[in-house]
Amino acid sequence: MSTAETSAGPGRRLRLPFSPWHLVLVPLTLVLVAPLLWMVLTSLQTAAEANKFPPVLIPHHWRFANYVDAWHTAPFGTFFLNSALVTLVVVVSNLVVCSLAGYAFARVRFLGRKALFLTLMATLMVPFQVTMIPVFLIVKWFGDNVWSYLGINHLGALMLPNLATAFGIFFLRQFFQTVPVELEDAARVDGTSRIGVLFKIVLPLSMPAMSTLAALTILTSWNDFLWPLIVITSQDQMTVPLGLSYFQGAHSTDWPLLMAGNVMSLLPMLLVFVVAQRYFVQSVAGTGLKG
Amino acid sequence: MAEATVAQEGRRPGALRRLGRSESLTGWSLVGPGALLIGVFGLLPVLMSLKLSFQRSDLLTPDTPWVGTKNYRQLADDPRFADAIQHTIVYTALFVPGTMVVGLLVAAAMNRSVRFISVYRTAAYVTMAVSTISEGIIFLWLTDQDYGLVNAALNKVGISSQPFLSSPSQALYVIVAMTIWGWTGFAVIVYLAALQGVPVELHEAAAIDGASPFTRFRTITLPLLSPASLFLVVWLTINALQLFDEVWLTTKGGPLHATTVIVYYLWDQAFVQFNAGYAAAMAYALFVVIVLVTAVQFRLARKHVHYS
Repeated sequence: MSTAETSAGPGRRLRLPFSPWHLVLVPLTLVLVAPLLWMVLTSLQTAAEANKFPPVLIPHHWRFANYVDAWHTAPFGTFFLNSALVTLVVVVSNLVVCSLAGYAFARVRFLGRKALFLTLMATLMVPFQVTMIPVFLIVKWFGDNVWSYLGINHLGALMLPNLATAFGIFFLRQFFQTVPVELEDAARVDGTSRIGVLFKIVLPLSMPAMSTLAALTILTSWNDFLWPLIVITSQDQMTVPLGLSYFQGAHSTDWPLLMAGNVMSLLPMLLVFVVAQRYFVQSVAGTGLKG
Repeated sequence: MAEATVAQEGRRPGALRRLGRSESLTGWSLVGPGALLIGVFGLLPVLMSLKLSFQRSDLLTPDTPWVGTKNYRQLADDPRFADAIQHTIVYTALFVPGTMVVGLLVAAAMNRSVRFISVYRTAAYVTMAVSTISEGIIFLWLTDQDYGLVNAALNKVGISSQPFLSSPSQALYVIVAMTIWGWTGFAVIVYLAALQGVPVELHEAAAIDGASPFTRFRTITLPLLSPASLFLVVWLTINALQLFDEVWLTTKGGPLHATTVIVYYLWDQAFVQFNAGYAAAMAYALFVVIVLVTAVQFRLARKHVHYS
């Protein structure tokens, strides 16, 4: 490169102080997040402003009171608590149950292991729509005969069918198989039980896989809609997506109020996503490219 | 189930001797809780659903008389089911390639190390965390006939306001667009991971030989991305065939049934009309379709997918 080209002055190649790719990436990113930005902007408008056409892009005075109004118009606090409780139980149960089973399938040579594994994995192919009507009947049966908390229109009905997944078992089994077996053998020679080996040696080495499964389970459990729609009808048992959908139905033209409710509903998952992004990326990229 | 597996294993000579009794006890007690839960909520319902599809049931009364193949015959003659299949096919045919193209373009743009790249990537991924309901509400507002941002933009370039979700001829395409947006984050993650596995040396060598960036993309990058593309085709198709949430929220299957897709019709039959037997038959039809489509995709993939 000649010195003339780098010296300042008109008629020369434009040198940006940053990579020219930013000129592509900034507009591209803006387009991708535009729907979210517009949601936030609308949530701060007055009702009068939202009903102007063409729309007012930046609110003249930011009306944060929309959030207070939304919080009082629908029991968002209850929705959050319900979602948090369901998600917590489902995630903890999945981690425990799937790691026990995943470990057995990875390491223990028990009678019928292969057949059982294939049978369980076959359920991965079945779409939820095939099972949802019988699961509704089964959950109803549990509510009528075992414990009413597990029945229709109770939070237990949202937890019970999701306490373990074939995917979770498969995912952890794959990971456990990569843990060096010598570490376990040494401990077993010292008389540690299978369970002891799992909790003292294998699980501490499997934190990345456990976190990835946890991240994925949190997301699917929190955002699930069809199943809660089927089993829950009372507002005090609703999770966030279901409660939000009823809130939308009741205030379908009050856009600033709706968007304030929408932003509130989105915040917990956005926060979880940004904080644990690494694990979400792993869960998608990992299953996508190896599976 | 347990007895069947015992018999099967037992047929192999020495199998029982090789497997210590205590190992079997340990193994079964470890898999027990998971196997029981998946058995009750994953396997048993598959059989119950099959039985239900030959019965009449309103989900409430315990009386479920056998009706033979009536539900399946009714399915074949139901014009609304035929429409639902057609809407689902149109939706899938647009949504799957649409999401892949958008995902690939965004991933290709973001596959470089410039400053703030992690901020750009997070912004692209983040649609993955947005629930289908939030997404639906946002797009209802964006495409509102009277006050929507999209119509304001169209007016700016001289196009009159469109009815979008309240138009039978446009609503399905709006749902295609909103779900593509919702799945962009997912597709970008898959393609970015794959793009990062494309060796730079291949591109450099081809560039020295005079290949243009477009030729290099077509002959080097795309073939190396084919496993990721196969995964996306299969995964997005399975999800597209099960479209429900956005339809329920934005159009309730309308206007004039224009957005009634298979799962929406199925849900309506099962939990609104209480024709659970008919809905179960529909679910089995969907199941068969998904299995067939996936099998065809994997068969086609043999020719076009390259594992390096």
